[in-house]
Amino acid sequence: MTEPKKVLATFQVNGEPHEVAFLPHKTLLEVLREEMNLTGTKHGCELGECGACTVQIDGKPILSCLMLAVDAVGKDVRTVEGLANGAELSQLQHAFADLGAAQCGYCTPGILMTADALLAENASPTRDEIKQCLAGNLCRCTGSLTIFEAVELAAARCRGEKAEPSKESIYGS
Amino acid sequence: MLRLPTFTYHRPKTAAEAVAIASEHGKQAMYVAGGTDLYPNMKRRHQTPTQVISLQDVPGLHAVEVLPDGRTAIGAMVTLTELEKHPHLLQHYPGFAHAVREISTPLLRNMGTIGGNLLLDTRCSYYDQGHEWRESIDFCMKKDGAICWVAPGSPRCWAVQSSDTVPVVCAMEADVELVGNAGTRTQKAGDLYRDDGIQYLTKKPEELLTRLVLPAPGTWKASYLKLRRRDTFDFPILGVGVCLWFEGGIITKANIRLGGAGSYAIPASDSEKLLVGQKLTDELIAAAGAAAMKPARTMDNTDQDVYWRKKVAPVFVARALEACK
Repeated sequence: MTEPKKVLATFQVNGEPHEVAFLPHKTLLEVLREEMNLTGTKHGCELGECGACTVQIDGKPILSCLMLAVDAVGKDVRTVEGLANGAELSQLQHAFADLGAAQCGYCTPGILMTADALLAENASPTRDEIKQCLAGNLCRCTGSLTIFEAVELAAARCRGEKAEPSKESIYGS
Repeated sequence: MLRLPTFTYHRPKTAAEAVAIASEHGKQAMYVAGGTDLYPNMKRRHQTPTQVISLQDVPGLHAVEVLPDGRTAIGAMVTLTELEKHPHLLQHYPGFAHAVREISTPLLRNMGTIGGNLLLDTRCSYYDQGHEWRESIDFCMKKDGAICWVAPGSPRCWAVQSSDTVPVVCAMEADVELVGNAGTRTQKAGDLYRDDGIQYLTKKPEELLTRLVLPAPGTWKASYLKLRRRDTFDFPILGVGVCLWFEGGIITKANIRLGGAGSYAIPASDSEKLLVGQKLTDELIAAAGAAAMKPARTMDNTDQDVYWRKKVAPVFVARALEACK
């Protein structure tokens, strides 16, 4: 078999154009991390079983380990690097930081991207809707409780409510 | 890092072009829809096509359409997320919509398609492993090896039918449309599968599944019930698809299919016979459930205990029947 040839394409990632040469069998995850140096997106199981590599394509959360990069050309790709506005964290990131909704943090970018898509669609998700939505993102450090609370806190703040994390969720009861 | 092997990627613009590429390359070619089954399999070197044919640019595969005769045609590329939220399906095909919602996780349903789920590769604990793991047991007959580790004396492969939609669409007697070199043909979804873990499909490799056609709503009810360890992610280790046709409260036809219990969605024929001509009473549900133990051919090649899985088949069949009340 002849060596495959690289293709040259321009991706729209976090609103910016990235011109990249890559082999056509590379996944979006590989191209984001290895060609664009956007290493916020993590590689976990690489088989679609953990959610660590979640990014948004046209606003929908998908697994970048199972999508070919060539199929993302011409689409609006959003990664965890695109959540903050300059140095200003998004409400969701703030809430995760305020509540300490991460231990090792490896699953956090994927969870943020999934939860961000949920909040864009549903400003007041119930606890059950948050659980359902995050059912494809595994966290192996801890329970998901603070993560659910952080999404709720961010949702409340996005709705303009003055919401602060409860003392129990920070210091324990 | 698990990486895909190199391959040539095709994005044909018509179904005929896709079939032509698949025919030209024979066993070297495979279609890809959402990629959530094929790409993991390629990363683990289960499936190693050198030619991958994407269906994303093929027109006519991306829509849900209500046909003039009341049937509903679903394009093979429609994502599972679109289906589980589709108002027409939720209203008229709640059993099918429920089965779709039971598949894997929201992220995978955003990518996975109905066509891919209908043609999902069969699964087995000795097969769905990394290449090194499989190499360490000298592989198995489904890929690269000679023996079936589940039943070492067996001449056949016992990998398990693991799609959530297959049992219910087979029970509903839905149709599938296939495009091949000789044009388009339609057949019953149930006839698409065969009782073999390796050759689990009856269609020719180059034939392209373009649409699933659900029967018109009527005096029938369908349901699906899934058993798995976790409420998310997991493939079914038992998936009961039921469809009952009623006339004045009497069951005129009954289809029960057991997924996750063999290499195809197995009919629970004895249970079906008990139901026909009867009213769906609690006693009848219990009796029909009990008769489903025998056809459940569970083997020790998925999650959970093999005997327990067989023993709960009657319970799950009874509950799925209850849902058709």
